Amino acid sequence: MYAAASLAILVVMGLALIRAILGPTAFDRLLSVNMFGTKTVLLISVIGFLTNRPDFLDIALVYALVNFLSTIAVLRYFEQHKSAPTDQKESQR
Amino acid sequence: MTILDITTALCLTAGCFLGITGGFGIYRLPDFYTRLHASSVTDSACAFLILFGLMLQSGFTLATVKLCFIFFFLVLSSTTATHALAKTARSRGLEPLLGREDKR
Amino acid sequence: METTIDIVLLTFLCITAIAIIYIRKLFCGIMLLGIFSLLSACLFVTMDAVDVAFTEAAVGTGISTILLLGAMGQTNAHEKRPPYQPLIALLVVLVTGSVLVYGTMDLPVFGTPDAPIHLHVAPRYIQQSPIEVGPPNMVTSVLASYRGFDTLGETAVIFTAGIALVALLGSSQKKRPPCASPPQPATLHDHLILRIVGKMFIPLILLFALYVQFHGDYGPGGGFQAGVIFASGIILYSLIFGLNTAMRVVSPKALRLLGSLGVLLFGGVGLLCIALGGNFLDYNTLAARPVDGQHLGIFLIELGVGTTVFAIMVMMFYAFSLRGRNTS
Repeated sequence: MYAAASLAILVVMGLALIRAILGPTAFDRLLSVNMFGTKTVLLISVIGFLTNRPDFLDIALVYALVNFLSTIAVLRYFEQHKSAPTDQKESQR
Repeated sequence: MTILDITTALCLTAGCFLGITGGFGIYRLPDFYTRLHASSVTDSACAFLILFGLMLQSGFTLATVKLCFIFFFLVLSSTTATHALAKTARSRGLEPLLGREDKR
Repeated sequence: METTIDIVLLTFLCITAIAIIYIRKLFCGIMLLGIFSLLSACLFVTMDAVDVAFTEAAVGTGISTILLLGAMGQTNAHEKRPPYQPLIALLVVLVTGSVLVYGTMDLPVFGTPDAPIHLHVAPRYIQQSPIEVGPPNMVTSVLASYRGFDTLGETAVIFTAGIALVALLGSSQKKRPPCASPPQPATLHDHLILRIVGKMFIPLILLFALYVQFHGDYGPGGGFQAGVIFASGIILYSLIFGLNTAMRVVSPKALRLLGSLGVLLFGGVGLLCIALGGNFLDYNTLAARPVDGQHLGIFLIELGVGTTVFAIMVMMFYAFSLRGRNTS
């Protein structure tokens, strides 16, 4: 039961990884990193129950907190550096 | 298989289905804003279902309290990050992909 | 079952690594490095290495991404195309790599219990650690007591790196003219939702960091992880509420003091042990019973490590942000 859940989460992580590599704009990549982080939290919790070690929940908690920080940092970087390239099409600027 | 096990299995299945839907959406949808919608909506629901299923399995221990905290932080941070992403993308001029007009 | 998870995670790791090498836009590389760190943490979790996964989680996604972004702000955003194709270098790397892989074929299979590495000092630590040192988390007892000298070296390395960075980039704003104030308040009022959610999150992050610091004896955690999480909380505050406000809360002078105090505490505990009649970092002399002395010694040096790591991380963030602000 937990094994099937962890495989499903791994499939989702793979799809997010494809989007991170492909995504034309920088925001796509940021979105997929954020989603990857949430799925990692879920994967670590499920693996913790799979191997019967509830210590892993501390790691999942840390990730839930720190994932937020990374996304906000990149967004503030984009705001403060108006000239940072985000790979949008020129007609959209 | 007790009722608790069956409920956990149902919750985990539903959560994984939502997660895969979100992943598929982020892969296939055409525009950034649509992908944002797909990922954020399914992320929160998937996290809730999977964590609820795990909470049912662990009873009234410290692990349940930690799972509650994880769910609280995850939902709050993922929705706020979505809002911040959309706001910054809009302020940098990323236009949404508008549909074509219906020809009547 | 765990083998399948391992194989899938390692495949993702390879794909991410190849993508990082090939993509030339540096920002995309930084995002992919974040994913790389997340995958490494998952691998450490499947290998049952909880403390390492904890440190990777705390450092890799938060601080590492921020510092890399700060560094990228000082340079171009695109990697230059190399002027020639390094074919000879590729050949050398392939030959060396295949020789190394051939060398690993003689090593014992991963995880067998009678490999020499598991029979050297590990049985002694596993058997004697509950009796001699005490804490249930054996990683903490090895890190802080059996190999305390190495940990002192690591703390000194972090401290030196921080000093070097501050010496290179500068840490104070004395050179700015007093009348020029940056237009920070305009951006703050826009981000109402971020400010409110930040006010909810930041105290919880700091509290969790303290929990990790003092709970390191019983679960995964310890000084390094706690320092990094505490620094992440302060950096989040600085990102949401502005660098000036954060510098008033945690001033650079206080950070310099805290950074040095941490290393001083660690070394001081060692010297105190000598003064009380034992060897350097021999905690048995600190209290009446040796186990109490070990407990006290581990508590003090973890505090020192956590303080130094926190101070250095925030100092690095300040150094990068100030320089980025002065030049942009």
